[in-house]
Amino acid sequence: MKRQLPLALVFIFGIFCIFQYFVPHESSEWIYEFLLAWIYIIGILTLALGIWSLIRVSWDKVQHRRPNWQYALVTLLGLFAMITFGFDYCRSFFSSEGLRNYMFVHFFDYILIPIQATMFSLLAFFIASASYRAFRARSLLASLLLLAALVIMLRFNPYLGFVGEYMEQLATWLLNVPNLAAKRAIIVGVGLGIVATSLKVILGIERNYLGRD
Amino acid sequence: MKLKTLIVLSCMLLGGSVFSAAQEVTDATALTDTAAVAAPRPIADLFARDSENDHGHSLTLSWTISPDDGAGQMNVIGYELYRALSPDGEFELRGKFPFGAASYIDVGAKEKESSQYSPDHTDFYYKVRALTSDPEVFTDSEIFGPVQSYGQWFNTGRIPVLVFVIGFLTTTVILIRRARGGADLFVRRLPGIEAVDEAIGRATEMGKPILYVLGLGTAADIATIASYTILGRVAKKVAEYQTGLIVPCYDPVTMTVAQETVKTAYADAGRPDAYSEDMVYFVTQSQFAYVAAVNGTMLRERPATNIYMGKFFAESLILAETGAFAGSIQISGTDEIAQIPFFVVACDYTLIGEELYAASAYLGREPLLLGSLKAQDYAKAAVILLAIIGFLTMNFGLEGFKELFYISN
Repeated sequence: MKRQLPLALVFIFGIFCIFQYFVPHESSEWIYEFLLAWIYIIGILTLALGIWSLIRVSWDKVQHRRPNWQYALVTLLGLFAMITFGFDYCRSFFSSEGLRNYMFVHFFDYILIPIQATMFSLLAFFIASASYRAFRARSLLASLLLLAALVIMLRFNPYLGFVGEYMEQLATWLLNVPNLAAKRAIIVGVGLGIVATSLKVILGIERNYLGRD
Repeated sequence: MKLKTLIVLSCMLLGGSVFSAAQEVTDATALTDTAAVAAPRPIADLFARDSENDHGHSLTLSWTISPDDGAGQMNVIGYELYRALSPDGEFELRGKFPFGAASYIDVGAKEKESSQYSPDHTDFYYKVRALTSDPEVFTDSEIFGPVQSYGQWFNTGRIPVLVFVIGFLTTTVILIRRARGGADLFVRRLPGIEAVDEAIGRATEMGKPILYVLGLGTAADIATIASYTILGRVAKKVAEYQTGLIVPCYDPVTMTVAQETVKTAYADAGRPDAYSEDMVYFVTQSQFAYVAAVNGTMLRERPATNIYMGKFFAESLILAETGAFAGSIQISGTDEIAQIPFFVVACDYTLIGEELYAASAYLGREPLLLGSLKAQDYAKAAVILLAIIGFLTMNFGLEGFKELFYISN
């Protein structure tokens, strides 16, 4: 029963969602939106599980002084500080007032956002290092990749003169013909893969996500 | 004498200028009077019908523009659409559009509380007003009505998709039956998946853990569902080899499902006692905070193998490059086209697009799964065939073939 009920629910709602795609009527939309609302409800409930998991794993590291336990301590301090300021006990516990709390806003604006921006900006350096590895002409295919990359990168160079115009045309062709063809091939494959996997889930063939009885 | 003449001439010139200026003003006034805006001729053939293939609350209108729109006096500067519940009722403004417009879709809200609510199965009457530059001068069309909106029970614009779904489902069922009957179905090699066993063996030899990243997708994403299957396989092998497993999660729902998957795998491997819930843990739902946490884990724990399977976005390269710096073997798979090149560059093996979905069948080798994998291959062959036919028909000017695949929203 513990296994049959989820499979039956997946089948019923999966089949409904297939039909819903072909039925634009308002009642069909209403049921669909009702089902989607459950995703948010389940998501909010599992967030509590997630936070509990984070606290347990971090506390275990701190308690047993495992290697690098200091990072876990910072995680816990950050978590509880933001929760404390976010709830804003002094004013209104059950409202969103806490989101305007002075400390909450300052922690968010002047610590979290700069750190996230720093992480994101690292991408530029990683692109450079990845490009260096990718563009080494070790084989014929790698050499072709290098040539294509050079054409794409140098096409906007103003010092190339008339060569730049040819490069621009070649780059446009590379992007619109071989590159787009490959992209579309992957898109078609992904689409078919999604349909096949969805059918497997709906029909109960793919049931790994259910766990054991 | 000369001075006198000069003064007289100056006076004449000045007088002349004043006169000509006064004359220009008079002429302009006369022009305005004679060019008073004339009432334009109305639009014709106003027609309204229910919008097709929708949930209702929408009517599609069309008309023939006023003869004075872009012709004749060219004095129509735009149109206004009005609607009423009866021909004698109060007409409310529903839309404004510039000259030249000859159609409009009057979409109302479906929520009764909305000010734009437009009920279905209710008689409406429409008229279109041709506007001029003078707000007082306009011409209304004849009233059209009654007309009602209503929702459809079948979207005829999606018939090609329905045909494809039925065809694909039928092919899948036939191939599953064949596989069950013992038919030998050829399955292409997936080096990325074959490398998983090798990578786990390497981790065991090195005494290092395996890091499995499910990506930033939710449990509702098909890529994440496919990733669970691979995670199950990896976790089973890890349990058999008694290697460590680390699964940091971005989404709490994903974490819950992943915990069940790993737990099941450990039980299947006969080592349920070795499973710990701390193997699969939640980190954060902030993209770059998650990246920072996973990167930190990579650099501190130095896992022997990093496996990235699921949905990835801008963080893909940051993760994969950090893993490369840490010296781990890296296996990745995603259906996000923009991220595939990053993984190809930074990882040792990459499952490209649909290979991620094929992996579950490849790993399981069960007839049911193999049947669906073969159906995928046949569908791809059909798509290639249709693309070739499309190429030929378009080059011969036969547009009809393309129209067969038109899908409306």
